[in-house]
Amino acid sequence: MTSNNDFVSLTDVSKHFGSVVAVDHLSFTISRGEFFSLLGPSGCGKTTLLRMLAGFESPTTGEIYIDGAPMSEVPPHHRPTNMVFQNYAIFPHLNVRANLAYGLRYDKIEKAEVGRRVEEALEMVKLPGFGNRRSNELSGGERQRVALARALIKRPKVLLLDEPLGALDKKLREEMQLELRALQESVGITFIFVTHDQEEALTLSTRIAVMTRGKALQVASPKDLYNHPVSVEVADFIGQMNFVEAQVMDVRNGEAVLDATGLGKITAPASSDFVQKGANIIVAIRPEKLILSAERRSDGLGAVQCTIKTSAYLGDRDHFYVSVDGCEKPFAVAIAETGANSDQSLDRQSIVWLSWADESLILLPRD
Amino acid sequence: MNETTIEVSALAPSPKSWGRRLYAWYLRSDALKGFTLLSPTLLVMGLTMLIPFGIMVTISFWAQIGFEFDTTFTLANYGEGVEQPLYRALLLRSLAISGTCAVVTVLVSYPMAYYVAFHVHKHKMTWIILMTVPFFTSYLLRVFAWKVILGYNGVINSGLKGLGLIEEPLAFLLYSPTAVVITLAHAWAAFAILPIYISLEKIDRSLLEAATDLGDGPVKRFLGVTLPLSMPGVIAATLMIFIPTVGDYVTPALVGGPDGIMIANLIQAQFGLVNNWPMGAALAIDMMVVVAVISLLYIWLTRKITEKIA
Ligand SMILES: Nc1ncnc2c1ncn2[C@@H]1O[C@H](COP(=O)(O)OP(=O)(O)OP(=O)(O)O)[C@@H](O)[C@H]1O
Ligand SMILES: [Mg+2]
Repeated sequence: MTSNNDFVSLTDVSKHFGSVVAVDHLSFTISRGEFFSLLGPSGCGKTTLLRMLAGFESPTTGEIYIDGAPMSEVPPHHRPTNMVFQNYAIFPHLNVRANLAYGLRYDKIEKAEVGRRVEEALEMVKLPGFGNRRSNELSGGERQRVALARALIKRPKVLLLDEPLGALDKKLREEMQLELRALQESVGITFIFVTHDQEEALTLSTRIAVMTRGKALQVASPKDLYNHPVSVEVADFIGQMNFVEAQVMDVRNGEAVLDATGLGKITAPASSDFVQKGANIIVAIRPEKLILSAERRSDGLGAVQCTIKTSAYLGDRDHFYVSVDGCEKPFAVAIAETGANSDQSLDRQSIVWLSWADESLILLPRD
Repeated sequence: MNETTIEVSALAPSPKSWGRRLYAWYLRSDALKGFTLLSPTLLVMGLTMLIPFGIMVTISFWAQIGFEFDTTFTLANYGEGVEQPLYRALLLRSLAISGTCAVVTVLVSYPMAYYVAFHVHKHKMTWIILMTVPFFTSYLLRVFAWKVILGYNGVINSGLKGLGLIEEPLAFLLYSPTAVVITLAHAWAAFAILPIYISLEKIDRSLLEAATDLGDGPVKRFLGVTLPLSMPGVIAATLMIFIPTVGDYVTPALVGGPDGIMIANLIQAQFGLVNNWPMGAALAIDMMVVVAVISLLYIWLTRKITEKIA
């Protein structure tokens, strides 16, 4: 037994396929009962990592511990993990009931009890009465639920999910996301969830590991990832972000004075070591933290003049792209339908003011 | 779909559009397209199989008198085929030999197909072709090769004697049902490997991982997932060996000896030495019916069993 904080623990885990390094010296821990996501672009090693947890691949270096036990000595069929496969992998020669009962054959459970647990699991994934169907008689969403029920019925310590919602259409996917989260909270099993959809990861997870090229760039809660990314790569991958190059002119009392391209002399909160006098850094700001107004605001916010280039209506908000003299790329500004951060009368042609609060600026190292 | 219908009805009033109407009909009918593709085959099959078969059936109801046929309808040949103990014994023996041969061949072929399907990752085609290499030589040559291997002073016997394992050569090796089974199994192996290989190759690898994930060790996984999913290939292989080998007469004639003679040898004799064509035809049809019934039973049974397992 271990403490709840390092229920699953990876120490220096790597996986090489010949000369390809799929997973590169990963170390982090996952707490008991967490909904933990592995997020990253295609080919970054998410599936490989999940397969190492399940035991289908063995790490080239490092060790994985689940509930304190080193996994290198445990073959896949004895691991306390179960997996929901990307293509669901429902046995085509068995009906739904037999698929669910498949994993219970070794648990020395009475037949009646097996039947009861199968019904219970079908109930849980909202498929009561589907027991006699075969996988070719199910829709994609139903198959996904069967795969989930089949893995959960084993009551694993850790449930591994490899992009289980990838094949579903947007509406069903959002529905399943909510159900998945509710289910995870009710069963209390630790979920490790692979996705390349950052929105999905943000919605579902208690914590997220952002991966690229086999490395974990940052492991943090969705809020922290969004508000305090540690690198340009993470900031760019999670949501939309505006970037400006800047040079640190002075650091004083946790505040940095910067000379930013196009924005001129600005101040921003500085908490990291790399923000040192003379350093070249990147200033980042979220589109929804920027404010557009016809007149310069009098509340002492940082501000600069700009022109509106294009706008896009996205239902719940408007996106404006504004150009600032000296900046190559236009700034994206998201304005909520309520209009809280803009004047009503924004004219395409006219020159307007772009403002921001100093606290909303994020300073990132240049890589 | 809709557009075609409109176009066709719009064309209908004009008498000149007959050809196009036919063509549209052709385009819409899958069955017609299918038959067109099949037609050369159907033609050849019709000519080379149905006609001789028709002749056979007809002759089987006749009687042989010297070198002439008595063409009055009679069931006597069929009666004799059922009543004569020799005929019955030979038919049963043929079924037993072919059945054994089918089972042995499938048992031997399955691991080979399994190996190529799951453990060979490069050049699978080369492996498959290598497995069919023995079939590049003539059937007769291969049977004679087995004679050399199994013979009284053959490779196996002299080998065993040389090693001092036996005093006298093993007589049962050649001119016995065992020899027929061995020779036929070797001759037909490729026909078993291919369907089994294809059905194994088709199995989604993630299903195997899912079985492991749910707690199956290698053996349980094989019995729970791999074997049931490869059953179509196994059934096809069994039938593809059982059906033609029941009628084989070359192998039993060359390596079977008196105990290894099969029904087809008898049928051949009826058309040759014995010169009783109607009897031969009736025996051949008997055999065909029995094989067909057994095959259907087998398919029905395996389907029932796989459903039961599921
Ligand atoms: N069996 C293998 N042999 C060789 N290379 C492999 C193997 N499996 C994965 N790789 C490589 O390892 C890297 C990581 O693959 P992985 O499947 O883990 O990516 P992923 O993050 O799951 O991507 P996706 O989102 O596209 O599923 C890729 O570059 C891939 O080509
Ligand atoms: Mg993947």
